[in-house]
Formats: sequence, structure tokens, C-alpha cells
Amino acid sequence: MSNPNTSSKGMGFIIGASSVGTLIEWYDFYIFGMLATIISKQFFPDDSGTSALLSTLAIFAAGFIVRPFGALVFGRLGDLIGRKYTFLLTLILMGGSTFAIGLVPGFKTIGWAAPIIVLVLRLIQGLALGGEYGGAATYVAEHAPPDRRGFWTSWIQTTATLGLFLALGIIILIRNAQGVEKFGKEWGGWRYPFWISSILVIVSIVIRMRMSESPMFAQVKAEGKTSVNPLKESFGHRANFKMVLLALFGAVMGQGVIWYTGQFYAQSFLENTCKLEFTQSRNILLLAILFATPFFVFFGWLSDIIGRKWIMLLGMLLGVVFYRPIFGELLKDTNAKEWMKDKPNLAEGALSNNGKADTIINKAGFFIVHHQTNNWIYKDTRFSEKRNDTLKLMGYTLYPPLSALGKDTFNFAKIPDTKVLYTDKVLAAALKWKFVWLVWCMVIFVTMVYGPMAAFLVEMFPTKIRYTSMSLPYHIGNGVFGGLVPFLGTLIVEFTKNKENPAGDPLAGLWYPIGVAALCLFIGTIYLRNKIDKDVMD
Amino acid sequence: MNGFKRYLGIIWILLSPAIVVFLFWQAADKIGKASAATRSNVTLQWSIILIIFLPICIGLLIFGYYAFKGYYDHLPESSEEITDY
Repeated sequence: MSNPNTSSKGMGFIIGASSVGTLIEWYDFYIFGMLATIISKQFFPDDSGTSALLSTLAIFAAGFIVRPFGALVFGRLGDLIGRKYTFLLTLILMGGSTFAIGLVPGFKTIGWAAPIIVLVLRLIQGLALGGEYGGAATYVAEHAPPDRRGFWTSWIQTTATLGLFLALGIIILIRNAQGVEKFGKEWGGWRYPFWISSILVIVSIVIRMRMSESPMFAQVKAEGKTSVNPLKESFGHRANFKMVLLALFGAVMGQGVIWYTGQFYAQSFLENTCKLEFTQSRNILLLAILFATPFFVFFGWLSDIIGRKWIMLLGMLLGVVFYRPIFGELLKDTNAKEWMKDKPNLAEGALSNNGKADTIINKAGFFIVHHQTNNWIYKDTRFSEKRNDTLKLMGYTLYPPLSALGKDTFNFAKIPDTKVLYTDKVLAAALKWKFVWLVWCMVIFVTMVYGPMAAFLVEMFPTKIRYTSMSLPYHIGNGVFGGLVPFLGTLIVEFTKNKENPAGDPLAGLWYPIGVAALCLFIGTIYLRNKIDKDVMD
Repeated sequence: MNGFKRYLGIIWILLSPAIVVFLFWQAADKIGKASAATRSNVTLQWSIILIIFLPICIGLLIFGYYAFKGYYDHLPESSEEITDY
């Protein structure tokens, strides 16, 4: 049985105490991903380029990949000693490792020790997070009235997105206060979000110390029915292990890719593919999240009435169908090459035509390379054009030199840059709100797959092995499948690059989340049932 | 529907090694095409992918086996069905 005597006010404290700590853990985890570009520059050699970004994403991915191990370690602890103390431990580990990341000197100071230390700390973050979610969802669900389990647990589901929101907001505030240059220095403002975390963690620890143990677990413990070996009972017996596999392949795998594509991949796409200006790319995501977050609770509430299964699967279906059109629209509306052709609507922006020139003399000839940044305005959208046009001196020879031949005039041939970059796009207001709406749609898919998920997972497993059993598939689905969306998406796009198409197919990376979500949708449709388990204590 | 679930189990059983083969093929292809400067990084990335997805593919194989044997014909209604061993 759940606890029918838990009043709404009591549930409010339980939700708050669980959510604050979970939110902080998500914040700790996400500031790393949000600052991936800066981190790659600080902790990797200067000339690494895409490789450095990928390596950083790999470290980011490492934090996700180790989450299932955290789920096993802390899930087991939670089923053995209780939810409350396991909670505290995960919070302390996460807070400590996050704070420490902010203290690691850059590559220029300590060389390869820098990325290695950051990787170790990232792994500790992943372990801690692996133990957090299963505990929070289990804790809240075991207090909630059975007919409102979806509603109350959906509040926990908002913490991941709100943690992302908090991470974005703090980063933007600090960056705007310090300025871009100062923010990106080795000991610049990008470290502040890591240090701020320690304050938030201390507050969360104080709150969690006041929490009582889950009544269900307390009862199971009082009756002497706790599990002796939660790992063996969860995964060593077919009856439960088959449910772990079903939870993963029929629900969480798809939920994970939808979650990360609609938020993380969307933000990365806006910044690195559409080349939106840093602050605006994040503002768009912030606004979309702000307007979509209440729907976590709405779909959690709805799942109490009509069941969890079809809401989650509908979210996956919408992602499969609409991801390519949505991302294609984002790409189409930021195609600066087309803007440059529309001369009547193009105007020069401020500080245009600044640049410097380099002279290159080699066997191939005498060249002057003009590095130029032009600022343009197209229908109230501002953007920069970075180009390196070359002037080649015609008839130049090393010997005898032209000066020896007494030539007074020189003829140059202009070689235009073929790899012009259009960056730092700041969209006009109307276009910006269109982008907010498109990203909002994708976050709505997230709320559909994620809102009912906690209640769904809790209802699949018995109390004495619940923490262990639900944590592992959750963190594999989110940590592995979902967490690798940015990494694999970027990698797939790289693979499409060739001599004929040096830019590659920017939408190719979507095939990974679309494929995984489609497979999960199919399995879930066939194998899951829609029945709500009223009594999770039986 | 239960019959359909069981026959699909064969698909999952076959899909698992197909994914493994695909991943190894892609790894060999991409590492082979990598330049000397990036080969170590590419090898590391693909090693991570293989290490992660191999156990998951084994899980998919087991899922397919369970489906084929009919273990998903009936999902448990209470904890006794899961913990009665």
C-alpha cells in the first residue's frame, strides 16, 4: 500500500525536499555540458578543433555512461540501508566533485593532467547521479496516494529540465556580467557555476537531513523483509530481470533519446550548426523550457486517469515523425548564404569591414591573405561573415625576384574564400519566437515521454528491490542512449563529410535518436500494458 | 498478440548480433580512414561505443529469447509473482 494519510501539505514537503536535491544534482551535471565548448578550449591543446570538442563530449558522455554503475552501487545501498541516507551520500559526492571541477587548472598550466583530472571528477558526478534519480522517484512514489502517483512523481520529473534551466540561466547571467572575453579566460567566469553549486548543495543537505525514511521501506525493514542481495534479486532471477529489460527496451531507451534530442541536441544544433549567437541560442531553449515545464505535471496527472503507456509512446511517435522537419526548419531559417543573395534586404552592420592581412611567400607564389569580419543585417537579423580572401601576385618568381627585374607595377588575382563562415547570428524578434515555438514543441514531446515515467517505473518493481531495479534501466536509457545523442549525432554528421560535400549533412545526426525511438516505440506498443498498479506495496 | 510477441522475439535475437557486427564494421572503417593525428582519438571513441553497446546488445538478445519463450505473454500483477523464487 502507498501512504493514503500523507496530506497534500505533507506531500509538498516531501516533493520539495526530494526535488531540491535532485534539481541541484541535475544542475551540477548540466553545467559541464553547457560549457562544453569553453571546456574543450581550456583542457585540450589549442589546435585540436573538432577532435577536442568530441573528446570533451566523450568526457560528457563518460559522465552519462558511468551512471548505470552508480545506479547499481547506490540502488543496492538504497534497498539495503534505506532511501534517505543514500540520498545524502549522492548529494555530497555530486557537490564535491562539481566544486572540484571548477578548481582544476587549464591545459596550459598543468598539461594532460587537466583533462585526466576532469574526467575522473566527471565519472564521480556520473556515479552520484546514477544513485540520485531512482531514490528520489522511489521516495516520492512510496509516499503518494495510489490514484495520484503520476501527478506527484511528475514534480520530480521537472527537476531535470529545471536543473538545465538553472544551469543555462546562471551561465548566461555570469557571461553577460563579465563579458565574453573575461568569461572564457582560464580562471574566468565559466568556473563560477561550478563553485556556486557548493552553496546550493549545502542548502539541499540541510533540507534532506530533516527528511524521514520512506514509510514503505520502513515497514519492509520493520517486518524484516528487506532484500539480502538486491542485485541478485533484481537481475539474477528471470521474473524480475525480464521486467528490467522490458522497462529499458520498451520505454526508457526511447524516452532517453527524446529527452536529450529535444533539449541538449537542440541547443547544440542552434549554436554549432545554425551558428546562433551564444546567448540567444540559450535564451531560446530557456524560454521553450519555461513554457513547457508545466506539462510534465499535466501529463503525469493525465497518466493517473488514462494510463502511462500511450502518453509516453505518443511522445516518442511525435519525435520520430517531426524531428527532421523541425530541425530542417531551424536550418532553413538560418541559411545565411541565401540571405547574402537577397541584396535588396541586406545592409551593412556596425564595425563592418575590419580585418588584418597576412603575407605568404612560398614556392607556390606570393600571396596576401586578407582576414575579414563583415557584419550584416538581413531583415533585422544580425550576423557576421568571416572570410579569408587571397590576392595572388601574378608572374611572381622566387628567382630572379621581381624587384631585380625592375617591375614597377604588379598584377594581383583575387581568389575568393570558398569556406566563408556565417556566425553569431542574432535572429529578429519574430524569427526568434518562431524558434522558441519549434523548440517548445520538442520539449512537449519530452514532457509526454518523461512526465509519467517515474510512476511507470515504480509500478514495475517490488518495494524491496525497487531502487535497484528501476535505477539501472533508467540510467542506461538516459545515460547511455540519451546521453550519447549529442556525441553520436555530431559523429554521424562528421561521417557524412567528404570532398564533394565538405559540410556534410547537418541533419544526419538525427537518425540515431529517430532510429532508437522508433524501435522503442514498436517494442513498447507490443509488449507494455497500460494498466496502472494501484498497490505498489503488495 | 502473444503469438506475435513470440515471433518478434526472433527478430530481437537476430537484431542483436546484427548491431554488433555493424558497430565493429563501422569502427574498423572509421579507424582505418582516420589520419595518423586523429587515429588514437577515433580508436578511443569507438572503443567506448563498443564497450558500452556490447552488454546492451546482449540484453537485447536475452529480451528476444524471453519474448520467444513466451515470458512476456503475461506481465506480473503483484510482487509475489516476481519474488517467489
